[in-house]
Amino acid sequence: MNWEQVTDIAAGACFLIAGFLTVAAGIGMKRFPGLLGSIHAAAKPQGLGVVLALVGLALRLREVRYVAVLILVGLFQLLTTPVSFHMVARGGYRTGKVNPDDLVVDELIVDLQDSADEELPSD
Amino acid sequence: MTWVVVVCAIMLGVGAIMALIRVEKGPSVLDRMVGLDVITSILIIGVALEAAWGRRTEAISILAALALVGFVGSLTIARFAAVEPEDAGRIKTAEEVRAEDEARAVAEDEAARLEAEIAASRDDEAGS
Repeated sequence: MNWEQVTDIAAGACFLIAGFLTVAAGIGMKRFPGLLGSIHAAAKPQGLGVVLALVGLALRLREVRYVAVLILVGLFQLLTTPVSFHMVARGGYRTGKVNPDDLVVDELIVDLQDSADEELPSD
Repeated sequence: MTWVVVVCAIMLGVGAIMALIRVEKGPSVLDRMVGLDVITSILIIGVALEAAWGRRTEAISILAALALVGFVGSLTIARFAAVEPEDAGRIKTAEEVRAEDEARAVAEDEAARLEAEIAASRDDEAGS
């Protein structure tokens, strides 16, 4: 077994794990209740799944100039995904799409109430 | 490699269908956007899988574009998320649609009758 076969097998394993994460996300999005639950499930293929697929592709291509671009792609994905999900969760919370009874700890409501109190005239 | 591609494609397809079910069910617009985000990342994994299968390198630029632009849609919609009424995502039943159509027809008849009356009174004023 030479090293090319080893990298091919490793690439196949990476793709299989990425596919498994995708199915897990699909099941989670179907079963978990509420907006935050589906965000929690959706983040799995978006972060680790895409990075594993890019690692698999890099192991298959085995050329430095392509691997450099693939690292950039993974970096872009890891930069943009948290931003969009943060905005979705923020918009969902502030428009009442998150059930407060489902939350164990809710620090944001305390902060929002504090800032609302500060804005009131003190005298 | 071929059976890995087949198994992986099936898993991606199942995940995409489940995300699509979530997009269809909602209930809010933000749930739908999360589902579309998942479908975008499944698309990235699928393009990477295809590129790895045939050792094709043209698809790498597509990957870069998808990773950069894929989040813009959900970001924009999340920024403009609004408070929706409880039953906004509900599809109306046939009876409700029929009742609304009848109400609209009655209102249109009323408006036409009023218009005709106004026109008639104007004609009277002009005649006298």
